[in-house]
Amino acid sequence: MTQTTPLLSRYAESLFWMARYMERLENLARLIDVTQTYESPGLESEAWDSLVRIHADEEHLTQSQGMVDPDAVKRYYMLDRSNPNSIVSSIEAARMNARTLRPLISTEMWKHLNDFHRDLLRLTEQDLDGDKLSRLCSRLKETVQAHTGITEGTLFRDQGWHFYEMGRLIERADQTTRLLDIKFHRLTPKGSEEQRQEERTQWGAMLRAVAGYHAFRRIAPVEFAPKDVVGFMLADPCFPRSILLCLSQTEWHLTRLRTTYGLRGTRGPLEQIEDMRAALLDRSAEQIISISLHDFLDGMQRDLITLASEIGDAFFRDWRPTALANQSQSQVTAQP
Amino acid sequence: MASINAGVSNIPEDLFLNCDPGPYVCELAPGRPGDNGAAQIVRDRISAIGLEGLRARAQAAENDLMSLGVTFTVYSDATAIDRILPFDCIPRIITAAEWRKLETGVQQRVAAINAFLHDIYHDQRILKDGIVPAELVLGNANYRPEMEGFPVRFGTYVHICGIDIIRDQHGDFRVLEDNARTPSGVSYVVENRHLMRRAFPDLLAGMNLMPVDDYGRRLREALTEIAPEGVEDPQVVLLSPGIFNSAYFEHVFLAREMGVPLVEGADLIVEDDRVFMKTTAGLRAVHSIYRRLGDDFLDPTVFRPESLLGVPGLIRAWRKGNVALANAVGTGVADDKAVYAYMPRIIKYYLDQDPILANVDTNICREAAGLAYTLDNLHELVTKPVGESGGYGITVGPRATADELAACRATISANPSNWISQPVIGLSVCPTLTDTGIRPRHLDLRPFAVTGRSTWVLPGGLSRVALKEGSLIVNSSQGGGSKDTWVLAEETRR
Repeated sequence: MTQTTPLLSRYAESLFWMARYMERLENLARLIDVTQTYESPGLESEAWDSLVRIHADEEHLTQSQGMVDPDAVKRYYMLDRSNPNSIVSSIEAARMNARTLRPLISTEMWKHLNDFHRDLLRLTEQDLDGDKLSRLCSRLKETVQAHTGITEGTLFRDQGWHFYEMGRLIERADQTTRLLDIKFHRLTPKGSEEQRQEERTQWGAMLRAVAGYHAFRRIAPVEFAPKDVVGFMLADPCFPRSILLCLSQTEWHLTRLRTTYGLRGTRGPLEQIEDMRAALLDRSAEQIISISLHDFLDGMQRDLITLASEIGDAFFRDWRPTALANQSQSQVTAQP
Repeated sequence: MASINAGVSNIPEDLFLNCDPGPYVCELAPGRPGDNGAAQIVRDRISAIGLEGLRARAQAAENDLMSLGVTFTVYSDATAIDRILPFDCIPRIITAAEWRKLETGVQQRVAAINAFLHDIYHDQRILKDGIVPAELVLGNANYRPEMEGFPVRFGTYVHICGIDIIRDQHGDFRVLEDNARTPSGVSYVVENRHLMRRAFPDLLAGMNLMPVDDYGRRLREALTEIAPEGVEDPQVVLLSPGIFNSAYFEHVFLAREMGVPLVEGADLIVEDDRVFMKTTAGLRAVHSIYRRLGDDFLDPTVFRPESLLGVPGLIRAWRKGNVALANAVGTGVADDKAVYAYMPRIIKYYLDQDPILANVDTNICREAAGLAYTLDNLHELVTKPVGESGGYGITVGPRATADELAACRATISANPSNWISQPVIGLSVCPTLTDTGIRPRHLDLRPFAVTGRSTWVLPGGLSRVALKEGSLIVNSSQGGGSKDTWVLAEETRR
C-alpha cells in the first residue's frame, strides 16, 4: 500500500506540540535536578536564581509566589499552574494535545500519558521536600522516557510521526541552550586551581544531567576546559542533545516530508536550518565564549522560534477560522 | 475462620439467593426457552468467583476504563471531571429468538421512520390523510422547511438510530423512545465487551455470542454508500464538536473504528459548494460526513449564526448534492415524544404491517382526552416533556410527593402540548453487583441500527441499568450504569 492518508493540519500541530511539551517536561526535570546539585551551602538561592533568570520569569514568579526563595522557585516550576512552563502545566498541555490526537495515536501512548497526568495532578508541596525532589525529577524523566519508548514502538510512522519528532527535536535543542546558559551564568573563567576543580565538578554535573558525561569523557581531553563542554553541547555530531544533531535530524524529517509525502513549504524551514548550522560551525566554541556565550544562546533560541514558526506556517496552515485564532497563542514557546 | 469454612469451601455460596426479581421479569432468569442453560452457567460461575473476587475485578475494570479514558466529561462550575459510565460486571442475556424479534422490530421501525420523514418533507400524505396532526409536525421546532423537496440517497434520513426498548412485566419488549438525531452510547457496547474479555474471561469461556465489533465497518460502509453518486473511494469523516464535548470519547472511538479522520468544524471549509478538509498537503475533498453536531450547529449561515462549531456553507454544499450528511437534517421531528405516540399508526400507514415491537401506551396531553386522563391519574403515571432527552423533567407518579405532583400538574396545565404521560412500566431487572451483594436492578436496552442502502442492527445494544434500588431512570446523567449485553448465537455450546 503506497497510498498515503491525509493528515489534518490540526493533528500535525498537536503532534508537534504534544512532543514539545513532553520534551519540555523532561528537560525541566533535568534543569531542576542539576540546579539542586549546584546548591552549595550558603549559596542556595544563587543556584535557583539562575534557573529563574534563564526563563526570564523573575517578575511573574514574584507575582505568583509572593516571594523568591528556593522553595518558591521549586513550587513555581513544579506545581504552579499559572506558570505556562511548569511541570504541571506541561503535562496538562501535553494531555490536551494527546486528547485531540486520540483518533491518531496508539492507545498505549494515550493510556500512558493519561496515567502520567493523573499521577502529576496528585503532586503536593511535600513531594518537593529535601531529597524527594531529586527522586521526583528522576521519576519525571523516566516517565517521559517511557513515553518516548512507547511512541517509538507504537506510533505509526507516517507523516504524523515526522511532526512529532520535529517538535521533540526543536524543543530539545531549545532546552540545551537553556541548560548551557544556566551554567554560564555561574561561570568564572579565571581562578585558582581549586576554583577550576570546582568548575570541572559543576560542568561534570551538568553533563550528567543531560546524560552526556561518559560520552564526553571518551572524546574530550582529560584536562577539559569549558570550551570543550560548550563545543560538545552545541555541535557534537553524535550527542543526542547537541543542537547540531537536533537540527540535522529535523532537516532529515523535513526532507522526508518533501520527498515521501510531496509536501511543499519545506524550503523556508530548511534554509533556516542551513543558517543555524552555519552559525554553529563557523566559529569555534572558544570564539563563541570569548564574544558572549549568553548572547549566542539567546540568538539560537530566537532562531529556533523562527524555525518552529516556519514549520507552522508551512503545514499547520491557519486551520483555525479568525475568530479562534487567538487560541493558537496558547501553545507558547518559552521566552528566550 | 478458615477452619470453619474449610469443609464447605468447594461449594461456593449462591450469590443470587437474595436476588428475587419480585413481580418483574429477570433478564438472567435460568431456564428461559432457548438459552440452553447459559443463564445458569453465568450464575454458577459468578458464585464461584465470589463476592470479594467480583468486587476486586469490578474495581480493576473501572480503573482500567479511567486509565483508558473511556469516559464522559461532566461540566459544573468551570470544572471538568472525567467520569466513567459505571460498569456492572454481571451480563444481561438475550436469546437468539428474542434477538430475532428485536432485530426485525428495530428494522421495521427504522423503515417507518425513514418513510415518514420522506413523506413529510415531500407530499405530506400522512398529514393530508389525517393520520398524524399536521400541526404536530409542521409546528415542531425540529421540522426543517429547508428539507422540503430535498432528495436523500436511498430515502434514508436516519442512518444511525438508537431505539430505547424496555421489557414489561408480561415479558413483552416495548419501545420507549426513538433516537433519530445523534444517538450515543454505542462505544460502550463494544468497550464493555472488551472489558469483559479482559476482566472476566472465565465468565465468557465457551459462550457462543454474537460479535459486537463489526459496528465501525458497517458504519463506514453505510457512509460510503450514501456519498454523492459517481465519487470513487469517497472520503468519509466524523464531525465532532471537539474535545470538550461530553461524548468526545465516543467520537474518537467511532473515527478509529471506521479508520476515518475525526474533524472539527474548523478543519473543514466550503469552496464552490464543495467541502474540503485542511491537511498538511493543502485542501482535500470530503464526501460523506457522520456529524455528531445538532442541526442547529451545523452551519452558521443557515442556523445559529453565533455557533463556531459548524462549517459555513455546509448546508448549501449538501443541498447541491456534493456531500452527504448522516443523519440528515431535520430528523428530530421523527423522534419527538409526541410523534412517538403515533408510531404504531405510522408503521401501519407506510408498511401496512402491525408493529413487531409495541409502543408503551401513551396519552397525548395536546389532545383533550389525553390531558384529562393524565391529570386525573397523575399519581399513577409517568409524565414526560416531549422535547427533552436524558431523563430530564420526568415525574414518576407513584414515587412523587404530593408537592411534586402539584407542581407537575401546574406545569402540564400551563402548556399541555409539551407533555405526554405513560403508565408506569415495571421494567425488567437484572442481577447487579451492589454494596449489599447481588440485587435486582431495572434496566433497558438501546439497540443501534445503521442504515445506508439497507438496515443492519448491532447485535444486542447498550443495556443501561438504574443502579439505585427501585429506580426506573437509567440515564447516565441520572446515575445509571451499563452492562455487557450478550446475544446468544443460534448454537450455544456449553
